[in-house]
Amino acid sequence: MLRFLVRRLLGAVITLLIISAVTFMLFYAVPRDPARIACGKLCTPETLELIRHNMGIADPMPVQFWHWLSGIFLGREYPGFGNCDAPCLGYSFVNREPVLATILDRFPTTFSLFLGSSVVFLVFGVGAGMLAARKQGKATDKVASSASLVASSMQIYFVGTLALYLFVYQWQILDQPGYTPFSENPGQWFAGLLLPWLILALIFTANYTRMTRSQMVEQLNEDYVRTARAKGLSGPNVFFRFAWRGAMGPIVTIFGIDMGVLLGGGMITEKTFSIQGIGMLAVKSATNNDLPMLLGVMVVTASFVVLANIVVDACYALIDPRIRLA
Amino acid sequence: MTSTDQQPFLSIKDLKVHFSTEDGTVKAVDGLSFDLVRGKTLGIVGESGSGKSVTNLTILGLHNPDSTKVEGSITLDGEELNGASEKTLEKLRGNKMSMIFQDALTSLSPYHTIGKQIGETYRKHTGCSKKAARERAIEMLKRVGIPQPEVRVDDYPHQFSGGMRQRAMIAMALVCDPELLIADEPTTALDVTVQAQIMDLLKDLQKEFGTAIIFITHDLGVIADIADDVLVMYGGRCVERGTKKEVLRDPQHPYTWGLLSSMPSLDHPVDVPLNPIPGSPPSLLNPPSGCRFHPRCAFAEKVEGGLCSSERPLLELVDGRGSACHLTAEQRGEYFSDLAGSAAN
Repeated sequence: MLRFLVRRLLGAVITLLIISAVTFMLFYAVPRDPARIACGKLCTPETLELIRHNMGIADPMPVQFWHWLSGIFLGREYPGFGNCDAPCLGYSFVNREPVLATILDRFPTTFSLFLGSSVVFLVFGVGAGMLAARKQGKATDKVASSASLVASSMQIYFVGTLALYLFVYQWQILDQPGYTPFSENPGQWFAGLLLPWLILALIFTANYTRMTRSQMVEQLNEDYVRTARAKGLSGPNVFFRFAWRGAMGPIVTIFGIDMGVLLGGGMITEKTFSIQGIGMLAVKSATNNDLPMLLGVMVVTASFVVLANIVVDACYALIDPRIRLA
Repeated sequence: MTSTDQQPFLSIKDLKVHFSTEDGTVKAVDGLSFDLVRGKTLGIVGESGSGKSVTNLTILGLHNPDSTKVEGSITLDGEELNGASEKTLEKLRGNKMSMIFQDALTSLSPYHTIGKQIGETYRKHTGCSKKAARERAIEMLKRVGIPQPEVRVDDYPHQFSGGMRQRAMIAMALVCDPELLIADEPTTALDVTVQAQIMDLLKDLQKEFGTAIIFITHDLGVIADIADDVLVMYGGRCVERGTKKEVLRDPQHPYTWGLLSSMPSLDHPVDVPLNPIPGSPPSLLNPPSGCRFHPRCAFAEKVEGGLCSSERPLLELVDGRGSACHLTAEQRGEYFSDLAGSAAN
């Protein structure tokens, strides 16, 4: 297990290195003046010159990338702007702030959104899928299957806006969505995120219901499940310890992918509910031409996806002894 | 050892198992009856889809209750199993009656160790401690001839070879000393040496515990080795019954003749091709009328009045011996000696 983790972490570092190099090249190789772009809309000639100097435009591209990379471990200085301590992912000349500071500021919001909605869609999605598989072909199964089909064809910006209108403005049952740090006021943290959680989870719930159902139905027909029954084990025992064990693998895999995506920020959800998470940060940096920020967001997002994959593989080995980690 | 016991241990009476599918009703088993006493082995032979496995899954109550209709009576030691509650069946399965499945690789859980899978059956039925269950698992593995059982008990099925997996499967089925053991082609996937070892193992265990065994196979060689009585199934019905000697030496039903003549043997000349039964097993969705074998039977025209396609031949047993065929006893004797004669040439 340890060897596996070390090897996978090394692989992850290489993956991230390649991702950041490619992203870096793409951004800085555009046939435009990167300093002019980084300077933003309100740009004076003096600032532009200062940014040029700070970005090291005169240096060749690999040297620029090397500076960016070494900044992660050593930190960088941006004369005229400020210091960027290690780990430094660059400096946003638009925000006049190190990139990482802004990302860290936004991260709890995105993480809260991910956490709450995952709990909701895992509990309800997997639960409904199990129920449907258990009551295969009966009314419960049909209701769950058709409801999940309807829900999975919904769009967040549509259901979200509708829910916002009805629950918040029309009936005033729920609070206006917004992010309050958990440490500040847990009650408000919960109330402000409840609607985004439910709406974001709605579509995921539908997918997890369908996937859990089909996996469970398949596993329940497996020979080893029949053997478990032939041994005299009780129904729930066979259902959870045998069939569910087999069904878990693919669900964990998909959850790993979803985890990476959600931690990278759900732009549409954040936009719909006006929540300032990493998704909105990415959108704003793109529209503001804040390339250092965009690069930082992409690298951080990619790290989440890569990390989530390692966690999934480790979980998979715990679930299925046939997969050996060495 | 209980040969004086007049009451059959397992008694199946007019068993019908019908599945409802989208295309209609599949009559997988259609009026099957047989008895089995303790300490004896009944071999059930037949082609794929003849209802052998379905019959035995139904005895254990492992059919899907939503889509399966079971009629008739299954009594085990005087207790009616058809319609018994799931709780009652759970207590019997793996305990008083147990089953060895054909494919041990897919039939063992890949997620649990061998020891755990054997031990949990024992724990479930005896309520013993985890430690005692583990001890018992090791003891069982030793008994079925797994080397280093104390070590291998913690292995997963994928770490076992095919023969060892089948032995583990047998250990699992025998862990509670069952009184009825159903073995569904337990040796089909194995090579002959392992096959012989496993058969010997089953025979030893039967001698020791007086277990009644139902041995399902399509291999007549295996039947000749292990069975006391033989039941030949075709299209969900029993076409012939008798002792091993009677059925193999003096078969009465044209289907059994076909099975025997399609089997290679050492005294069979190598340059004479085997004689397979023409056609394929009947559709159980829409089975042939009358005798289900008549479309493939070479002797159907010999019966007067087209009885074979219009009337179901009844199985009339005299001392547990008989066949379901419209041919008269004289006809059978004549045709079979012809067949046997032509095979010898």
